[in-house]
Amino acid sequence: MGLLSKKDSKLIMDPLADNNPITIQVLGICSALAITAQLKPSIVMAISVMFVMGVGNVVISLMRNIIPSKIRIIVQLVVVATLVIIVDQVLKAFAYSLSKELSVFIGLIITNCIIMGRFEAFALGNGVWRSFLDGIGNALGYGVILIIVGFFRELLGSGTLFGFKVLGDPVEKTGLYAIGYENNGFMVLPPMALIVVGIIIWVQRSRNKDLIED
Amino acid sequence: MEHIELFFKSVFVDNMVFAYFLGMCSYLAVSKKVSTAVGLGAAVIFVLAITVPLNWLLDQYLLQEGALTWLGEEYADYDLSFLSFIMFIATIATMVQLVEIIVEKFSPALYNSLGIFLPLIAVNCAILGGSLFMQSREIETLGLALNYGIASGIGWFLAIVAIAAIREKIRYSNVPAPLRGLGITFIITGLMAIGFMSFGGMLTGGEDEATEESREDTVGMVIETPALEKNTETDLSIENTQDSNK
Repeated sequence: MGLLSKKDSKLIMDPLADNNPITIQVLGICSALAITAQLKPSIVMAISVMFVMGVGNVVISLMRNIIPSKIRIIVQLVVVATLVIIVDQVLKAFAYSLSKELSVFIGLIITNCIIMGRFEAFALGNGVWRSFLDGIGNALGYGVILIIVGFFRELLGSGTLFGFKVLGDPVEKTGLYAIGYENNGFMVLPPMALIVVGIIIWVQRSRNKDLIED
Repeated sequence: MEHIELFFKSVFVDNMVFAYFLGMCSYLAVSKKVSTAVGLGAAVIFVLAITVPLNWLLDQYLLQEGALTWLGEEYADYDLSFLSFIMFIATIATMVQLVEIIVEKFSPALYNSLGIFLPLIAVNCAILGGSLFMQSREIETLGLALNYGIASGIGWFLAIVAIAAIREKIRYSNVPAPLRGLGITFIITGLMAIGFMSFGGMLTGGEDEATEESREDTVGMVIETPALEKNTETDLSIENTQDSNK
């Protein structure tokens, strides 16, 4: 990373693992779980959040000296809401079926705690470039978990990835299905999202003992 | 009848936490003690009961396509629904501020125990989610909107009180170290969500669920059954812990 100093690259890399917004900071779970039954919406969601966080952090960081601290939450909400409206309108224009599928969860990016959390914790006290990196880093950390969960739920639940039948055809019994493999329909249902995230936390914390809670 | 159906549907079938994962952030952060959980749950019911009807009025008379007709014929073609996010969140933020002031005035103890979480209600997905679902499901009357707000609040309240009770008890169990705290909470919530799925047939006499199940393949069902049984036990233990806490 020649472009970034060591301190700056830490801003991006930290949220990917040891300070992950979902598994460690417990922020932004709400939307993370509901849309991960398939890989495609997960990726769209990750990109939308990245846009909102990157731009939002920059805007808040630019305005940090003129926002009165008493009304900062409302100011932050207005900034996020505006950005989310942009995302929503773009999705409606270019990917209508996907925007129908994500339904209210695009709107719920507004109340995604990661965004407000990073505004409060970082953008209000740091410069523009560092805030931008922090926003992108946290959105990446969020996106990684979304994509892992989406990957496993789609693969095990419907045997597809991005809608392609990677494990063979369950009706015509080709590929893995020929030797008796069956899809686990349970993975597609909402509760499994929680359990998959629980398992990711388990794996992560057994690899890094420092993260274990008492 | 319509009201009763909507009420039970919102509390159990479409439970905010277990069916849509709304408000998970505060659900996970504030569920360590039953007493705090009850406080936050009550605040969520209250805020939902106010904001959903208010946003319903905004939606009906300001935002929907043709909603501005009451201003005059020339306004009938306006469709401001793209503004709904910002309008809804502004209403919610204002109401939360108001609730904060009222709680601080009348119940300083509750205010102290909720601490920084009261402002967080503004960014609780359950609140905004309530309004957005109200809009997307096209709820017809103000009374139904009020009903929907209260019922989803109660659903959220039940969920957070139940998980808080479980977490109080689980402190005495020997959970694998990496799962302690957050991990086990996620998995328990997952099991509770499976339990709540069994409410799915409550209002349809099971017809809906029957068609849904026939779509799933057999392996899924085999795995589902033991999980469901296990969960009924958990549910019973929730009730017991709640009783003992009263």
